[in-house]
Amino acid sequence: MNDILPDPVLSVRDLQIGIGNKLKIVHGVSFDILPGETYGLVGESGSGKSVTGLSIMGLLKRPLNVTGGALHFLGHDLRRIRPRDHRRLRGDRMAMVFQEPMTALNPLAPIGRQIAEMFVIHRGMDWSEAKAKAVEALESVRVPSPEERARAYPHQLSGGMRQRVMVAMALACRPDLLIADEPTTALDVTVQAGVLELIADLCTAEGTAVLLISHDLGVIANMCQRVGVMDRGRLVEEQDTKALFENPMHPYTRGLLAARPRLGSRVPGERGRLIELEQMVADEDRGHDVPTLVTPRGPRKEVTA
Amino acid sequence: MTVAPLLEIRDLSVHFNLPRLTPFGMRRILHAVDGVDLSVKEGECLGIVGESGCGKSTTALTVMGLQEPSSGQILYRGQPLSGPGAPGRKERARIAQMVFQDPYASLNPRQTIGSTLLSQLALHGIARGSEASDRVADMLVRVGLSPDHAKRYPHEFSGGQRQRIGIARALMLDPEILVLDEPVSALDVSIQAQIINLLMDLQETLNLSYIMISHDLSVVEHVSDRVAVMYFGRVVELGHWHAIFSRPTHPYTRHLIGSVPNAEAVLGRSRGVPDPVAIPEGRRFAPDISVRPEAGASREASSLVEIGPDHFVRLADSISSPKAKR
Repeated sequence: MNDILPDPVLSVRDLQIGIGNKLKIVHGVSFDILPGETYGLVGESGSGKSVTGLSIMGLLKRPLNVTGGALHFLGHDLRRIRPRDHRRLRGDRMAMVFQEPMTALNPLAPIGRQIAEMFVIHRGMDWSEAKAKAVEALESVRVPSPEERARAYPHQLSGGMRQRVMVAMALACRPDLLIADEPTTALDVTVQAGVLELIADLCTAEGTAVLLISHDLGVIANMCQRVGVMDRGRLVEEQDTKALFENPMHPYTRGLLAARPRLGSRVPGERGRLIELEQMVADEDRGHDVPTLVTPRGPRKEVTA
Repeated sequence: MTVAPLLEIRDLSVHFNLPRLTPFGMRRILHAVDGVDLSVKEGECLGIVGESGCGKSTTALTVMGLQEPSSGQILYRGQPLSGPGAPGRKERARIAQMVFQDPYASLNPRQTIGSTLLSQLALHGIARGSEASDRVADMLVRVGLSPDHAKRYPHEFSGGQRQRIGIARALMLDPEILVLDEPVSALDVSIQAQIINLLMDLQETLNLSYIMISHDLSVVEHVSDRVAVMYFGRVVELGHWHAIFSRPTHPYTRHLIGSVPNAEAVLGRSRGVPDPVAIPEGRRFAPDISVRPEAGASREASSLVEIGPDHFVRLADSISSPKAKR
């Protein structure tokens, strides 16, 4: 790695999310995403990875709120930014792809129009120009016969095509950060491979940083340079992808890696019993007293800014 | 005397009539399942893999009697399960049961778990009163829950617990066959391992036979004894799990296995799966797997061919007639 790292696109420090002071969901999470980097967040459901993504986008729903910490994005302090300025960043400089494209797209508008809206709102284009750009955007995500498809409604497309439309929309304004929350969980494996490849290609070409949120360790290994592992609202380990898979340090990470069914790991002549997470990590190792972050430089109890 | 397999699916086809595109247009038929032959032995787990739309769920629904076959037969110990002479629904319910992907959607939200499980025993006249409640308690313990859980409602459980309830519900009538339709795909990785292990333990202790449908190849590899790969309504490859995963031969199987995002492959560790592009010499298979075969066309031309011990592959139609395929 270079001695001088570029300024991060996104810097999250000691992020806390909860409902007032009563209930905490995320207990002090810190990470940086560098320009052009793909950073993965893995964890089980309820580990707080999705709300972390939503808090960056400013899309947390009441009564959930950011209760502490700092979020810096391209020099903007996202905790103090005015809602209208955050809205301007959203879709333009930061964009999000959700798990279920059918609920994220407007069922009553043709997809071309929905993509064109991005150019009208963020680039001030008129509609005819924007619609031409929308067709180009569809072409860039490898949707066949884009002119025709631009007039289609979401229900007329397959799941994979819809997710490609979501990617086209998210990347329309060439954002600096793409947050992809389980982008391929709802898709078939072969379709999933295509969509992941597309996200990787387009983001590499544009130098877009990606925050990839997934519970699928295979997807994370394929896509990310660095990975953060979240458990019960804490970031318990952060490492380069290769190091994480080869030498997981936190007991929770070890448990997670051991518990997943892996292709080619069943021994012929034996039953394919899996190791359960509870066999690898005791409940005490997952509570409040464990180090919040394990890094190659050693465990840290306190999160430093 | 040869013993009939526990369950046999013979030349099963399920066709759906689609609406005409224009008032006097062509009749359109969807061949959801198109001439499938499969069998399940006692105590065996047959895995069926394929993408959505390949007909794997329709096959399962037909086994359960929730879908009428257009042609073909389903035999249970040599006796027909469909068509004339088939047993009634109540009898069928004690032969085969189904575990669904989303147990929350298949449990009545206004009934306690206990009453959901009890109602089956009452309906079938198996047990009543305290004997029935004892059975329910036993079953809950068997699937890793506690007897007190009978008093609770479905919304009070986590996803993994609900799937345990779904399994308990399916096992109440002591069936011989469980049809598992994507039993773990809605669950977290860590919970998946628990449910998979539970299913394997139950299979052993209760001598159950499974038909497991999944698009997740790694899950199928872990649980199945034999695997059938389905593609557009047909079985394209069938065999022992190890043969399918270590020597996938049909291009679609290779494509499917090659598409799984796999940490080991990225990190340069071998997982013993050959390059999906390299096809062994001397055999020709369907050249373009992305092209849907013409429905009903040249069905006779293609058949499953044995290429190894307990390993069958469907050869391309192009072998018998190279120009037949467009």
